[in-house]
Amino acid sequence: MKSRKPSIPYIIWMVVFTMIPIVMIGCTAFTDKNGNFSLDAFSNALFYSEVFLKSLWIAFLSTVICLVLAYPLAYMLTKMKQSSQNTMIMLFMIPMWMNFLLRIYAWIMILQENGPLDNFLAILGIPHSSYLGNTAAVVLGMVYEYLPFMILPIYTVMSKIDGGLIEAARDLGSGNVTVFKKVIFPLSIPGVISGITMVFVPSASTFLVSQYLGGTDDIMIGDVIDKVFWTDQNTGSAISLILMVFILIFLIIMNLFGDEEAIA
Amino acid sequence: MEQTSKKTIVSLKDIFVRFDGEIILNHINLDIMEKEFVTILGPSGCGKTTTLRIIGGFVEPESGDIIFDGKKINGTPPNKRNVNTVFQKYALFPHLNVFENVAFGLRLKKLPKDVIKDRVTKMLAVVDLKGYEKRNVAKLSGGQQQRVAIARALVCDPDLILLDEPLGALDLKLRKSMQLELKDIQRKSAKTFIYVTHDQEEALTMSDRVVVMNNGVIEQIGTPEDIYNEPVNAFVADFIGEANILNGTMIDDCRIRILNRELECVDKGFGKKTPVDVVIRPEDIELTSPEKGQLVGEVMSSTFKGVHYEMSIMCGNCEILVHSTRSAEVGSTVGMCVIPFNIQIMNKLLPFYDNVIETVVSSSSEDENYFEFNLEDETVRVDGQFFEEGSGVRITLPPSALSLAGDGVGDLKDVYIESVVYKGEHNEIILESDERKWLMLSDVDEQVATYVSLAFDFSKASFELINGNREG
Repeated sequence: MKSRKPSIPYIIWMVVFTMIPIVMIGCTAFTDKNGNFSLDAFSNALFYSEVFLKSLWIAFLSTVICLVLAYPLAYMLTKMKQSSQNTMIMLFMIPMWMNFLLRIYAWIMILQENGPLDNFLAILGIPHSSYLGNTAAVVLGMVYEYLPFMILPIYTVMSKIDGGLIEAARDLGSGNVTVFKKVIFPLSIPGVISGITMVFVPSASTFLVSQYLGGTDDIMIGDVIDKVFWTDQNTGSAISLILMVFILIFLIIMNLFGDEEAIA
Repeated sequence: MEQTSKKTIVSLKDIFVRFDGEIILNHINLDIMEKEFVTILGPSGCGKTTTLRIIGGFVEPESGDIIFDGKKINGTPPNKRNVNTVFQKYALFPHLNVFENVAFGLRLKKLPKDVIKDRVTKMLAVVDLKGYEKRNVAKLSGGQQQRVAIARALVCDPDLILLDEPLGALDLKLRKSMQLELKDIQRKSAKTFIYVTHDQEEALTMSDRVVVMNNGVIEQIGTPEDIYNEPVNAFVADFIGEANILNGTMIDDCRIRILNRELECVDKGFGKKTPVDVVIRPEDIELTSPEKGQLVGEVMSSTFKGVHYEMSIMCGNCEILVHSTRSAEVGSTVGMCVIPFNIQIMNKLLPFYDNVIETVVSSSSEDENYFEFNLEDETVRVDGQFFEEGSGVRITLPPSALSLAGDGVGDLKDVYIESVVYKGEHNEIILESDERKWLMLSDVDEQVATYVSLAFDFSKASFELINGNREG
C-alpha cells in the first residue's frame, strides 16, 4: 500500500485555506452583526438580484463571443506548421504576462473620447464621443481578458486528436466537411467545455473591469461584493455564497453535458 | 494457372516516392489480382507502409501510376477510392460505440437506416462481436478493437482492403488465432486483401503471394513456398525463416564449393568459378557420423525447442545452424549431410567483394607522407601513402577495412545500412552512400534502415596508380 504521509501537507493546506474560509463565510452569511443566527443578510442580498442577472448576462455574452472567436482560431492553429503554432500561441499568451490593471487602462485609453478608436471613427465622419461606459465596453474588456483561456483548452484538445482518426474517416468516405462534422467537432467538445468553464466562471465573478469600462448600470456582482464587504460583512458573505451556488450549479450542468457527450 | 484467369485489380507502375530528398520507393512495379491475399513483407523502413498508403490515397507518388480496375487513380482522394484500410493502431472513433464505428462508412453513403442496421449486425456476427453493439470501443480488448476495425472496413464492401500491420499490438497467442481468422474472413468475403507486416511467419501463414521489400525496392514476389524454398538472394533467405547463408563458389553447373568442400547441387547457369551465396535451411541438414558426413564440425551448443533441437555446429571458423529431432552431445564431432536439392544457390547481393575506389589525388605531401582525395563531397586523408597531386589512384578496400564510426566522425557520413546478413563467421553488411554501395564485415548485429558513419582503415588497403596518360 502506498503511504499517505506525503499528502498530509496538502490536506493541511486545503483545510486551512479552503475548508475553513468557506465555513467562515457560511457562518458570517447566516448571522447578523452581533453573531446571532439571522437570514437578514440574504434578504439584503436579494436587493442586488438585478446586478446578479446583469453579471450572469455579461459573463454569458463574453463566453459566447470568446467561443465564437476561439474555436475557428484553435482549429486553424492545429493546421499550421508546429513552429508557427508555437509562435501564435505565444502571441496570445504574451498580453497575459502584463498586469491586469494595465491592460484595462489600455482599453480606457483606446475607447475614451479622442482616443485612437474615436479618432479613427471621426475620420469616417462619425462625431466624436467616448466609447466607454456601456455594456459593450465591459464585454469587450472581458473577451480580451479571457480569450486565451478559451483558445488554450480547445487548441490542446484539438491538437491531440489522432491524425489516424482523420485518415480513417477519409478512408471511409468523408470529405473535409464531414471529417470536421463527424470527427473533429465531437472530439473537441471536452476542450470547448473546459474553455466555457474557464471563461464563464471568472467573468461572472470578476470586478474592476466593469468599474473602469462600464457605465453606472454596468456594475457587476464582483464589484458589489468588493464594496459591500467593507461595510457589511454579513451581506457580503451572503452574496458570495449565492454566487458560489450559482457557479456550482453551472459546473454541474457543464459536467453532465460533458459526460453525455463522452458516452454518446 | 488459377492466377492467370483472374483479373488485375490494382497495379502500381514505376512508382517513385521521395520524402525530404530521401528515396522511399524506388520505381516499384506491382500487380495485385482479384480475391488475392497479398502480403508485403519487409523490415521497418523498407517502404511497405508507404506502398499501402499510395494505394489508399494518403500518399501521392512523385512519379508513376496507380491503376485501379483499369483506371488511373493518381490524385483521387481516399474518400473517392473504393478501398478501405485497417489501420495499424485501429483508429477507432473514441466518441462512437461499436455499432456507430462500424456504421460510419455506411452512414456516409446515406443508406436507409434499416439497411445499415442489417449490414452492421451481420458484419459484427462475421467478426464474432455479436452483442457488442452498444459497447464503448475504448473499453474493448486489443483483439476486439482489431475486429471492430476489420468490420468497419469490410462492411463498406470495398473492392480492396488494406491492412497495415493490424496484428502488431496483439500478444502472440491472439495474433496466431487472428491470423487464421483473417484468412478465413478473406476467403468468405472473397475480397482482395493487401496486408503489410514485418513478421515473416505471419506472411507465410496467410498469404497467397508474398512481396518481399527492402530499401524501397521489391526483392522477390512469389507464393510462400517459393519465397521460402527458392529465395532469390541472401536478403530474402535471411529474412524468411532461419537459414545458413554461406559464401560459396560455383565451380561448374551442379558443382558448388563451400567450406572447402565440393558438393553436388541442382542449380545451373551461374557460370564457372562464380562467387555465389548459398542457402541451406537448418532442417535440411542431416546429422551423421563424422566419416559419412559431407561436412564435419564440432557441436557448440544444443537447445531443446519442443519439436526439435537447435544446434550450433562449428565447421572450421563457420557456424552452422542445424535443426534435428536427435540431439548430439555438446563438444562431440559430427558429420552433416545435405541432399543436392536442398542446396539453394543465389547470386551475390553485390557484384563485388572488395570495395574499390577510383579517384584523383586532390592534395598530398611527400614529406609528411600522405595524400587526400574527395569522396562524395568529403575530403578523405590517407596517411602512410604518397601519390602526386592529380594522379589517378585505385584504392582497394577489403570488407574488413571498413568499420562504423561514432556520430560526427568517420570518413563518410550518413551511410544507410541496407542489409545485414549473417554468414556463419561475420555479418556481411551492405551499406549505401549517396553514390554507391559498400560491403563491410562486422561481428556486431547492426540495425538495418539506420544511418551510420563509415570509417576506412587504409592500412588494410592496397593502392595502384591508374593514371596511364601521365606515365605513358
